[in-house]
Amino acid sequence: MSALPPIPAHPVTPAQPGLALPAALTGRRLPSWAPPAVTAGAVAVAGLLFAATPLQGRAGFVVVTALLSVGSQTALSFAVEGRRRAVDRMFSAFVYASFAVAAVPLVLILWYTVLRGIGAINLRFLTVSMFRVNPDNPGGGIYHAIVGTLEQAALATLMAAPIGVLAAVYLVEYGRRQPFARAVSFFVDVMTGVPSIVAGLFIYALWILTLGFQKSGFAGSLALFILMLPVVIRATEEMLKLVPAELREAAYALGVPKWRTILRVVLPTALAGIVTGITLGVARIMGETAPLLLLVGTNSRIETNPFASTDAQRLQEALPTFIYEQFRDAVGNPDTPAAQRAWGAALTLIALIMLLTGLARLIARLARVRG
Amino acid sequence: MTATRVPRRDHAVATRRSSFSAGDRVFRAVSVTAATVVLVAMAAIAVFLVIRSVPAIRQDTTNFLTTRAWLPEEARPIFGIAALLFHTVVTSALAMIIAVPVAVGVALFTTFYAPRRLSAGLGYLVDLLAAVPSVIYGLWGFFFLAPNITGLTLWLSRWLGWTGIVHYRLNNTPNNLSDLTAGVVLAIMILPIVSSITREVFRQVPRDQVEAALAIGATRWEMIRTAVLPFGRSGVVSAAILGLGRALGETLAVAIILAPAYTISVHLTEGGGITFASNIALKYSEASELGIGALLGSGLCLFAITLGVNFGAQLLIRRRKEA
Repeated sequence: MSALPPIPAHPVTPAQPGLALPAALTGRRLPSWAPPAVTAGAVAVAGLLFAATPLQGRAGFVVVTALLSVGSQTALSFAVEGRRRAVDRMFSAFVYASFAVAAVPLVLILWYTVLRGIGAINLRFLTVSMFRVNPDNPGGGIYHAIVGTLEQAALATLMAAPIGVLAAVYLVEYGRRQPFARAVSFFVDVMTGVPSIVAGLFIYALWILTLGFQKSGFAGSLALFILMLPVVIRATEEMLKLVPAELREAAYALGVPKWRTILRVVLPTALAGIVTGITLGVARIMGETAPLLLLVGTNSRIETNPFASTDAQRLQEALPTFIYEQFRDAVGNPDTPAAQRAWGAALTLIALIMLLTGLARLIARLARVRG
Repeated sequence: MTATRVPRRDHAVATRRSSFSAGDRVFRAVSVTAATVVLVAMAAIAVFLVIRSVPAIRQDTTNFLTTRAWLPEEARPIFGIAALLFHTVVTSALAMIIAVPVAVGVALFTTFYAPRRLSAGLGYLVDLLAAVPSVIYGLWGFFFLAPNITGLTLWLSRWLGWTGIVHYRLNNTPNNLSDLTAGVVLAIMILPIVSSITREVFRQVPRDQVEAALAIGATRWEMIRTAVLPFGRSGVVSAAILGLGRALGETLAVAIILAPAYTISVHLTEGGGITFASNIALKYSEASELGIGALLGSGLCLFAITLGVNFGAQLLIRRRKEA
């Protein structure tokens, strides 16, 4: 790669259709109005097809139109511009289509969740629990689950944030190029891929079967800690690597010991980025359901103590498990009160997570402007 | 010049520090301990799953690996992971087949096709998919997707039924609580991770190679084929493997969508199936002590599989970084 000639001062861009070059040099091109015209034609032909033949359905119409449009445009391009341009146009269509295909489920999921959930949400829904509410009746709320989710996520963060940041400090500040640090760094990435249900089973085997504790909100937090730790380490590591070496060297030159340099110079410089990473980690664990299902259980009452576990009446509910519980009560019927509560809670949970994600982005942006 | 000066200065600092830095030793020890937590946790996961599951698997009266049933509560406990393994692999493979090409397309779109000002925002839009919790994907798949793809699956059964894999047998009404629906939802769930890693890889393609390709008159596709894809191939593969790791362990979405059935059938659009993770989620609440041990055993298998997959992906990524 280094053998290549230097980059020209003016970046070379592909020949544009409007460029005034002799025809012999550019070859024949399709006029700029051709693609939209072809698409319009495809819509018309697809419309005729759907009117005249047994084909039906909106999704089918979109697919047929897209195939017709791309196919005829490629054929036209092949005839006028030659094979290379035709392949290029076909591939561009694939790239644009794949983005559309990725955006469709996002829009559908958000739209469907809002559609189903917005009707269930009101002040009462957010401020009362399900205590003494029959699952088959309307009413009740998710306050107890919101409390549980926030407390369990906070506890997990209290454990994962300091340990994660310190581990990242070791990886970046002390362990550079040491075999032990490389092993840790490798397993951080492997740990990111541990399925959440396996983390739940592990805590179950350790905390409940081996150490003899009961289910509790805190047991759930332990599993969330396992899931959050690698996220925090990786994010903090990236941020610490961005801190310029000159800052550290300036501190050393003034005789500041390394640990004070890290605490007073390196970490404050990277603070905003670290906070962003932690917030994204919280957003990731907040929606975790599987480990909580095994370790926390469900309860219809408000329980503010995450360590409470003396009996089933004092367990701590969480939003994801609440959603799953209501889904099971709905027994496949989307119009039951339980299903409506499930969607209301789902919308609340998505809103909470997006709020956190947005907050993380905001912190990152503010920090970048200042830095 | 700097290359020779920096180590010397470091050395000078290090020798001076060692004389008066009890604080340094403590801080170093604390941070090493924190880093060790990762290794300890990974080892502990393996150890505790093994200790707690082996006694239960010993009581299994059939072959744990080849049995298609999950009845640890019976007087003669019968349970095995054959059906779990089959449906886990099938749903994850479907998710990969759907998600990877789309994710590569999305990554190319955000790096080379979208207007520069929009590209960050559009990438963020796809990343939003990662913010939706698993249980909500499950609800959506159950209440929205499954009823709405009946048209597609009937069409597939009619025109592609001869392949066998999308064929409805008689007396099987399409409820779409099937491997196919689960696979589609898994594809949507792993799309953001695959596309964001692929995007990072494509961003690192040497700018001069891209511009050299364009300068000698390559079309955009030819530039991507000659400069981007060869450079990014191993990155795309490892992104796909990481996505696979996610799909294998996805729990609630699959548990909600896939109607539980401990059979092995190649008819992907017919309802019924069970995966490692969904089996655990569905069976834990009524499980006896032996049942919990059996579930831990299946969890151990899932852990081993995802560990292997992620190990492979990380080795690939690291080899690429060093090359």
